[in-house]
Amino acid sequence: MKITVTVNTTDYTRVVEPRLLLIHFLRDDLGLTGSHWGCDTSNCGACVVWLDDTPVKSCTLLAVMADGRRVTTVEGLASGRQLDPVQEAFAACHGLQCGFCTPGMMMTARWLLDNNPDPTEAEVREAISGQVCRCTGYENIVRSVLRAAGRDGAGA
Amino acid sequence: MQVPAQVEYEKATSVTQALSLLARYAPGARILAGGHSLIPMMKLRLAQPEVLIDINPIQALRYIEPVAGELRIGALARHADLLADELAGQHFAILHDAERVIADPVVRNWGTIGGSLCQADPSEDLSAAFAALKGSMIIAGPDGSREVPARAFHTGPYETVVGPAEMLTEIRLPIRPGSGSAYVKVARRAGDWPIGAAGAAVWLEGDRIADVGIGLTAVGAEHFVAAEAEEFLRGQPAASDAFARAGQIAAQHCHPAPDQRGPVSYKRHLVGELTARVLRTAVGRARGLAP
Repeated sequence: MKITVTVNTTDYTRVVEPRLLLIHFLRDDLGLTGSHWGCDTSNCGACVVWLDDTPVKSCTLLAVMADGRRVTTVEGLASGRQLDPVQEAFAACHGLQCGFCTPGMMMTARWLLDNNPDPTEAEVREAISGQVCRCTGYENIVRSVLRAAGRDGAGA
Repeated sequence: MQVPAQVEYEKATSVTQALSLLARYAPGARILAGGHSLIPMMKLRLAQPEVLIDINPIQALRYIEPVAGELRIGALARHADLLADELAGQHFAILHDAERVIADPVVRNWGTIGGSLCQADPSEDLSAAFAALKGSMIIAGPDGSREVPARAFHTGPYETVVGPAEMLTEIRLPIRPGSGSAYVKVARRAGDWPIGAAGAAVWLEGDRIADVGIGLTAVGAEHFVAAEAEEFLRGQPAASDAFARAGQIAAQHCHPAPDQRGPVSYKRHLVGELTARVLRTAVGRARGLAP
C-alpha cells in the first residue's frame, strides 16, 4: 500500500505492507533511528513519537495508520543546530545514562510542557509513567523536565 | 521481534463506509480503532484478521456530549478525551477514577473507549464502570442501529453481542439527580491490569439507597456486575453497615480465578473491601461531601 507521511515537516511516500509497524517504518524505511524500538508491547515508551500533535507508542501503531498524518520524532525536536530546551536540560541535568529511553522521554516531556508549561513534580512523574528507564535514572529525568520548564534549583 | 501476520487494510471515513466494508469482508474483518489491544493480539497471533477496517478517520465518532438527559460518548473518543471531559467528571466521577488508572497517559492518548469495550477483556476497567452506571451501547449494522444495555453487551471473555457485520458507535449514560459514583482498582504496579477492581453508582432518596449499580473487574463477575449485592442494597439506609454487607455478598458471588496476581481468597477479600469503599465514596459524592 502506498502511503504518504509527513515526518518532521518532510513528506515521505513509500509502499509498505499494512502489517508494518510505525516504529519500523521510521527506523528501517526512513532511516530515522532516533526513535527506539524497545519492548514491542506498548509498555516501555522508548518508541514514543507524536502522531499529529499527540504522543503515541509507535510499536503499537501500523505505519498505514499514519498515512496522511504528521509524525514528529526526536530528530524533529531541534531547530537546525539549536537544541530544544528539553534536550538542553537533559544534557545539563544528566537526564540520560545509556540513552535508550531518552527519545521517548523527551518527546513526552516536550508535549507535557507545551500543554502544561509549569508542571509540578507529580505531574512530570505522571506524564512519564508509561515509560521505563532501565538505568532507573528517573530522578534526573524528572529534574531535566523541571529545568526545561524553567524551574531554578530543580537540578544541575 | 513481534510482527503481525499479513493482513489487508481498508480505511473508512464514515460509519456507512465502515459498515459496507464490514458487509464485504465479514467475518474475516476486524474494526481497527486505537489498536492498543488488537495489534498486540495480532503480534501474538491471538487474533489474525484477514482485513483491518481502520475507523480512525471517522472524526464524527469522536465526541463526548450531553443530549436529552444523557451523556453520549462516541466510540472513537480516546481515553484521554474522557479523562479531560469536565462534564463526564462532574456527573460520573467513576469514569475519571477509572481513566486515571487505565494503562498510562501515552496509551490513553490513542486507545479508544469503544475499542476497550469491544475488546471485552475481563480485566478491562470501563466495562464495569458502564455496567455500574447502567448505560447502554448503540450498535450500528446493515439494518440500522440498535440499543443494548451495558449489562447485556458482553457475552463472555473477549466476546460481545456486536455481530461480525456490526460496529459499536456510541455509549449512552443517563444523567440522574441525587447520584454519586466511584471506582477503585488494586494493581501490582502503575499502569498494570487490576488484581481486582470495583465501581459503584448510587442514587439516593433522602438517607436511603433508591438504586445502585456495582461493577466488578477481573474477578469473574457475570456481565461485570455484582447483582446480588445490588439487590440487597436497594432500599437500605446509605450507611457503612450496609456497604460492608454488600461487599461480603459481592465477594461471595463472584468467581475469581487464581493466577500470578493472587489466590482466590485474596481476590474475594479485595472485592469485599473495594466494594464497601466505592459505595462509601459514591454516597459521599452523592451528598456533596466527597470530591
